[in-house]
Amino acid sequence: MIVSERIRRLVPGAATREAYGNALIALGAEDPRIVVLDADLSVSTMTARFGGRYPDRFFNVGVCEQNLIGIAAGLAACGKIAFASSFAVFAPGRCFDQLRVVVAQPKANVKLVASHAGLITGADGKSAQALEDVALMRALHGFVVMVPADETCAFWATHAAARHVGPVYIRLGRAKAVRVYDSFDTFEIGRAVEVVEGQDVTIIANGVMVAAAIEAAEMLDVEGVRARVLDMHTVVPLDRDAVVRATTETGALVVAEEHFLAGGTGEAVARTVAEAAPAPIEFVAARDYGISGEADELLAQYHLTAADVAAAARRALDRKGRR
Amino acid sequence: MRIGRGAPNDQSMENAGGPGIDGAVKSLPEALVRQLEEHAYRLRRDVLEMVTAARSGHPGGSLSSAEIVATLFFHTMRFNPREPKWPGRDRFILSKGHAAPVLYAALARTGHFPVEELARLRKSGSHLQGHPDQTRTPGVEVSTGSLGQGFSVAQGAALAGKLDGAGYRVYVLIGDGEMNEGQIWEAALFAAHHKLDNLTGLVDVNGLQNDTFVADTLITEPIVDKWRAFGWHVLDVDGHDVRALAEALDVATETKGRPTMIVCRTVKGKGVSFMENNPEFHGKAPTPEQLAQALGELELARSRRQAGG
Ligand SMILES: Cc1ncc(C[n+]2csc(CCOP(=O)(O)OP(=O)(O)O)c2C)c(N)n1
Ligand SMILES: [Mg+2]
Repeated sequence: MIVSERIRRLVPGAATREAYGNALIALGAEDPRIVVLDADLSVSTMTARFGGRYPDRFFNVGVCEQNLIGIAAGLAACGKIAFASSFAVFAPGRCFDQLRVVVAQPKANVKLVASHAGLITGADGKSAQALEDVALMRALHGFVVMVPADETCAFWATHAAARHVGPVYIRLGRAKAVRVYDSFDTFEIGRAVEVVEGQDVTIIANGVMVAAAIEAAEMLDVEGVRARVLDMHTVVPLDRDAVVRATTETGALVVAEEHFLAGGTGEAVARTVAEAAPAPIEFVAARDYGISGEADELLAQYHLTAADVAAAARRALDRKGRR
Repeated sequence: MRIGRGAPNDQSMENAGGPGIDGAVKSLPEALVRQLEEHAYRLRRDVLEMVTAARSGHPGGSLSSAEIVATLFFHTMRFNPREPKWPGRDRFILSKGHAAPVLYAALARTGHFPVEELARLRKSGSHLQGHPDQTRTPGVEVSTGSLGQGFSVAQGAALAGKLDGAGYRVYVLIGDGEMNEGQIWEAALFAAHHKLDNLTGLVDVNGLQNDTFVADTLITEPIVDKWRAFGWHVLDVDGHDVRALAEALDVATETKGRPTMIVCRTVKGKGVSFMENNPEFHGKAPTPEQLAQALGELELARSRRQAGG
């Protein structure tokens, strides 16, 4: 199996939200325009780290997600680079219209960075499990939407967000994430990373599913199947070239995400494939609201493990063979 | 079937003590006060044991609400645990849904499900989810966990009661941090405008929210004046005084033409020295060693109370 040189063997790493907290501190030193807002979850989203270092540029606006986005838009309108954070269920969950009217439509320079996204939010249960945030944010025209796989990716995605002029959404996780990248200072918005080379089938993944996809590729490798793995860390704008290349070169796809099928990365990829180069696609995604449980239990129960990804790859290969 | 006020194992509450806080409301007999205090003690023990076993959850805001929830479930509300959907039941909505442990303890201790199930809080496949889930737990009226929302649902439930001419009351518990949410104030306007006097709100004013103290986040006082200005009948009580709570709840029932908000002054983490007023224990479980200390403290306070009473 040929893995990209940027990849380290999968080892335990920090949560993506921790990398966000660290990136904010670095960015705060570089750029005085950066102002960070949080809606009473700053210890969990890690924006409190920025608050500790730059108390004059940090505001806990209270449990007020709608106001959070309005304030961010106002700051942006007056020249600031506004980072706003909460849990993904609450922002974008609680403030979609604010994101639409005062951020997306005027292309405000607001960065919504939401943590605790996806299924594995500890044992808090369904009200705390964001499985539709990517769909919401994809629907808001003009937002860049990123789903980093690990701490390294999240760190550089945050830097890219600060440099990008316009609305950005970054989806972060609560749980410690498997470390995928050794270094990633070449991170580019919209440029997928081929983390494993292969010609038989392509697994497209983001967030926690990248590590699962690499593991699945290892399983398939044993069976003589060379799976390509693409880290689709940016969902909008989607790396169309990488998707089309994967489709024409491997002829079968799997898309794996810790999100509902509806409106997620899988549907974004499927549209591109349907337009450019039709091929069988299998989807690994959540198909029901969450429940309380430990991360491993939940991923198994919702069919989001490496074994599920490998099984989907076999199905895709099967369909390719039958065409 | 209708269970009288409180739980089946409670004694009847006739006999009137001294004068109530207004003419129509009688003071609670001493024995009932003792019972309610004992229930609150029991709920606190349950909360601590549950959260420790789950290794996650929100002890602080569960402990601050123990007397509020005990008074509602063991004194004020009418319901039938064997028929949790009995249409005539009073509705309780925990809008500050993260305090689920204290609600689950009350539901178990009033016979909605076996007490042993409390040990399954937050476990995979358990019907006791991290936040209240109306699709899974008998006695949970409304799924909450996203602050502000349960309070609005309570308006709808009270409105339905009015439309149907039903006799039930709706009780809704919010947090002082939760009062940050704009939705709370949208609902506050609605309830007063529509004269929802079958609705009693309670706000657990424990002075803390998630990150830190309420006063260091958004200045929220004067809370009483705010609710009054929004057209509510407001009572200001010690939220750890079951007698004051019971009387205020009775006054709310007697109040016509306006919804009542009972402003409950409490201590977050109440009863456990290292949790009291400590932002850390908003959403963190104690260790087994801390649990032992906490239960010891509760026990000591209880024997002191019994000796004193
Ligand atoms: C809409 C929403 N935003 C954020 C949160 C995260 N959160 C959970 S509890 C809490 C603080 C609540 O404070 P308060 O209402 O005072 O509760 P208590 O002190 O009684 O625990 C926050 C911000 C949430 N549950 N819902
Ligand atoms: Mg509070």
